Amino acid sequence: MKMTGAQIICESLVKEGVEVIFGILGGALLPLYDALPHYPQLRHILVRHEQGAAHAADGYARATGKVGVCFATSGPGATNLVTGIANAHLDSAPMVAITGQVARPFIGKDAFQEVDITGITLPITKHNYLAMDADSLPGIMKEAFYLAGTGRPGPVLIDLPRDVQQESAEFNYPNKVDLPQYKPTLQGHPAQIKKAAKLIGESQRPLIIAGRGVIISKAYTELKELVEKAQIPVVTTLLGTSCFPESHALSYGMLGMHGMAYANMAVDAADLIIAIGMRFDDRATAKVSAFAPHANIIHIDIDPAEIGKNVRVDVPIVGDVKAVLGELNKLADKSEHINWVRKLDEWRKEHPSLIIRDGESLLPQYVVRQIYEVTKGEAIIVTGVGQHQMWAAQYYWYDKPNTFISSGGLGTMGFGLPAAMGAKVGCPDKTVWCIDGDGSLQMTIQELATIAQEKIGVKIAVLRNTYLGMVRQWQELFYGKRYVATPLSSPDFVKISEAYGIPALRVERREEVSPAIQKAMAEPGAFLIDFIVEPEENVYPMVPPGAALAEVLEEPRKEAKAVKDSAKLPVSNI
Amino acid sequence: MATTKHILVALVEDKPGVLNRMASLFRRRGFNIESIAVGHSEMPNMSRMTFVINGPATVVEQVRKQLDKVVETVKVSDITGDNVITRELAFIKVKANSANRSELIQIVDIFRANIVDVAPDSVIIEATGDEDKINSLFNLVRGFGIKEISRTGRIAMTRGGAGPLPVMKKPPKTQAKGQKKATK
Repeated sequence: MKMTGAQIICESLVKEGVEVIFGILGGALLPLYDALPHYPQLRHILVRHEQGAAHAADGYARATGKVGVCFATSGPGATNLVTGIANAHLDSAPMVAITGQVARPFIGKDAFQEVDITGITLPITKHNYLAMDADSLPGIMKEAFYLAGTGRPGPVLIDLPRDVQQESAEFNYPNKVDLPQYKPTLQGHPAQIKKAAKLIGESQRPLIIAGRGVIISKAYTELKELVEKAQIPVVTTLLGTSCFPESHALSYGMLGMHGMAYANMAVDAADLIIAIGMRFDDRATAKVSAFAPHANIIHIDIDPAEIGKNVRVDVPIVGDVKAVLGELNKLADKSEHINWVRKLDEWRKEHPSLIIRDGESLLPQYVVRQIYEVTKGEAIIVTGVGQHQMWAAQYYWYDKPNTFISSGGLGTMGFGLPAAMGAKVGCPDKTVWCIDGDGSLQMTIQELATIAQEKIGVKIAVLRNTYLGMVRQWQELFYGKRYVATPLSSPDFVKISEAYGIPALRVERREEVSPAIQKAMAEPGAFLIDFIVEPEENVYPMVPPGAALAEVLEEPRKEAKAVKDSAKLPVSNI
Repeated sequence: MATTKHILVALVEDKPGVLNRMASLFRRRGFNIESIAVGHSEMPNMSRMTFVINGPATVVEQVRKQLDKVVETVKVSDITGDNVITRELAFIKVKANSANRSELIQIVDIFRANIVDVAPDSVIIEATGDEDKINSLFNLVRGFGIKEISRTGRIAMTRGGAGPLPVMKKPPKTQAKGQKKATK
C-alpha cells in the first residue's frame, strides 16, 4: 500500500505499540505532524523545550521498560535534544528520537535550521540514521526500535528530511530486522557460569553489587534467589537502587561516593565481588586502584565492552542478567556466611549512615523520610541531580522494584521534572513524586506548563536550599568555603506553580511536612510543595574525590541520631 | 602507559557513515590514526578496514571492543604481533634528467619498484612494500630531489589458513558478538 513518509512513520509507531510521543514540531516536521491526527492511538504531548521531550521519553522508558519516543524539529530543536539523548545513552534507557531535517536538496548547504544531527549525536547514540528516501523508512523504523530496546538498551536517532516525509512509498512493515551483525549475547557462557559458581562456593566474604542491569532485565526474583540461597549480602549502585528490597536483612544499601559507610567498608573487605549489571562507574568505585583490594571479581553484563573497562575482572560473564542468574542459581550451592554477615551488621551499628538530627530546623532528609512514610514506599521517586538526589536515594526506603528513576551517568540537572512527567504518563495508576532541588528544577521548570496542559498528576517536592547545594558542599569541604557562583535567589515556587495552574504549598516547619504531603496525595492532579530546608546541610557519608571507598567521611555532628538502620522492616515480596 | 603500535583489521558493512563511526571512537580517546586503508572485501557489500595506531595495549583493547559494538561491524581483530604481512603503496615523484635518470632506474630496480611516468625533469616511482622498504627507498632517492610523495595506508593480513576473520561466502547470520572474546 502506497503511503507518504509521514504516514509510514506513524504506521510504524503504531506497529511498535507506541502510545505516547513527547515532542515539539517545527518547519521540518510539519508533514509528520500533519499526519498525526489520523492516528488517535498515538498520544502526542507537547513539551516546552526539546530537552524535556527527551527526558520525558527517558522517564517513560525507565518506568515502563518500553521504548520512549520523542520528536523534535531540525536545527535548534534537534540540538536541544542532545542533552537528553546523552543522558539516555549513559544510563542505557531505550529511546527512539525522530528529528526533522531540511529537504534533501538543501542538505549540506547551511540551509535555515540545518544541523548535522547524525554527526552531532554519533558518539551519544547506540545508532543513528539519516533517512534519504521513504522506501527505507519501514526498515529503519523496525531496526531503530529493535536496537533501542534489545541488548544493552540505548537511544537511536532517525533524521528525517522534510521531503522524505512527503514522498510516497510502499508500506510493508517487516516482521524481522535485517541486522546480521547485531546479535547481543543473552546466554552466559556455561563454563564461565560454572567458574563463578565455584568461586562463590569458595568465598568467605562474598558481596553482590547490583546495578541498573538487574532492573532492565527484570531479574528481581533471580537476584533474590541467589542472595538467599548463598546468603550473600547486597549493595546497589545509585541506578541499581530499588532492584533489591532495601528492608531485606541482606541489603546494605547503596555504595559509592554517597553510599552507606558500611556498604563501602564491605566492598573494601570482601574476598569476592559479584558485579551484576553495573559498569564500575567512578562514583561507585571511588579510587579505582584501591577498589575491592582483597576480592576476586565476577562481572555479569550484557555489554562485552564493559568487561575489564574500569577494573580488572577475574570471571567475566557476558549475557542478560536474568538468563545468567537463572543458570547461576542452578549451580550455586546453598551456603551461609554467618561471620561475614555478622561483621557487616556490626559495621552497620557502629557506622550509622542515615541520620536525621533532632530539632526545629527543617532538614531535607526529614522531608524525604516523610514522603516515604506517607506514600508507604509505594511511589515512584524521580529526581533531578544534586544533594536532593542523594537524599532521595538514601532516606527513602526502596522495597518495590523499579521505583527510583534518576540521572546517574550524565548527572543532568533538570532531569527530574520532565522524567517524572514521562514516568507518570507511562504509569498513570502509580503515585509519582518528583523530588527536586531549586537549582535542578529551574533548568526545566517550563515543563510545569506541559504538566498543567496535559493534566499529568505528578507530585513535586522542591527541597529549596537557595544554593547549587552539591557544588556548595564541595566548596565548603574542598575549596575553603568560598561559595563562588553557588548562591541562588530562587523565586517563589508557590506563585510560579499557581501561575502555571498547579496548586502548591510552602512548608517551613517540620510539623507541616506530613500534612502537606498528605494534601498533595489527596489532590487528584499535580501538586507542588516548596520545602524551605536548612540551606547548608551536607550529604553524608561522603567519599572525598580521589579517595578510596574505605576513606569515607561520616556525619560529623555530635547530636546525630540514627534513624533508618536501627529498625528492620519485614522482608517484602517482590 | 607504554604505547605500542597496533594493527586493527575490521570487517564492516559498506554503508555511509561507517568510517566516521569507527574513526570517531579513536578520536574520542585522543588517538592519532597513523594510517588507514579501506576497500572491498571478499564479500559483496562488505569492506575491510585496516587501522594502524599507537597506544597503550589496554586502551587499544577497549577501543577494539567499542569498534566491535558499531552496528555495521562484523568483527574487529587486533592482529599486532600475529604472523602478519603488511604492505603499503607509494608514489614518489623525483627530480630526474637525462644525466641522472639511469642511476635512479638502477635504485628502483633494486627495490623491485616501477617507474610509471617519465617527464623531462621528473619521474614517478611506484613502490610496494612494508613500511621499512618504502622508507629505505625514500631515503635513497631523496638526494635526487623529491617533488611529491603519496603513500597509502597499510593493509595487513595474517599468514596461512587461520586468519583472524573467517572467509565467508555470505554475511554471517548468527555471529555471536562478544562472547568468544569475553570468555577467552
